[in-house]
Amino acid sequence: MTVHVLYFAWLRERVGRSEEALELPESVADVGALVSWLRAQGDNYRRAFAVPGVVRCAVNQVFAGPEMSIKSGDEVAFFPPVTGG
Amino acid sequence: MTIRIQHAPFDVGTEIAALSAGRTDIGGIGCFVGNVRGPVAAMTLEHYEAMTLPALQAIVAEAEARWPLLGCTVIHRIGRLLPGEGIVLVLAASAHRQAALDATAFLIDYLKTRAPFWKKETFADGTEAWVEPRAVDDAAVAKWSR
Repeated sequence: MTVHVLYFAWLRERVGRSEEALELPESVADVGALVSWLRAQGDNYRRAFAVPGVVRCAVNQVFAGPEMSIKSGDEVAFFPPVTGG
Repeated sequence: MTIRIQHAPFDVGTEIAALSAGRTDIGGIGCFVGNVRGPVAAMTLEHYEAMTLPALQAIVAEAEARWPLLGCTVIHRIGRLLPGEGIVLVLAASAHRQAALDATAFLIDYLKTRAPFWKKETFADGTEAWVEPRAVDDAAVAKWSR
């Protein structure tokens, strides 16, 4: 399946891109599995997702935890804890 | 309800006037303005555009469910801002002051931990650093839990 992945703030800087379309194996069925899969895709991803629990996620623009399932066509965003206001 | 994300500065007086124009039922308006604070040379705000508006609408809806609001305004700026410039404006109007003031505090507390904005500081020597989340902000939100 294909998902559209976005990266923000220092996640974007560490990964080296702001977005990409990823073709995922069927075994990657939720956010946690996607993070594990990304960490195996290269040093930049491993650096970006180095510290467990720091990176936040939204699926289709709604905050999501590691157990949130993902399906083809979803927009999955990764970002640090927000610091607006 | 007025929610705007913009590069341009906002004018507090103009926004308060717009919120209360033609209204005789509003007894009080709470106001919070967040400014860029020195000694940083600049602050750059980025956001997740597709998510920002829905996130802010959800926060405002939560405030409206808790207090009898007669209107509210949330304006958040993005892009590069200088010390002294306004970053965020929150206005909450109600018949009485306590609801207006409490809703204003609630809105800014929630915005700081639930809206997808990120700040990067630029210092006088040109170095840059992403602003770290602060535990005090999480504590501020936690106090509204019920």
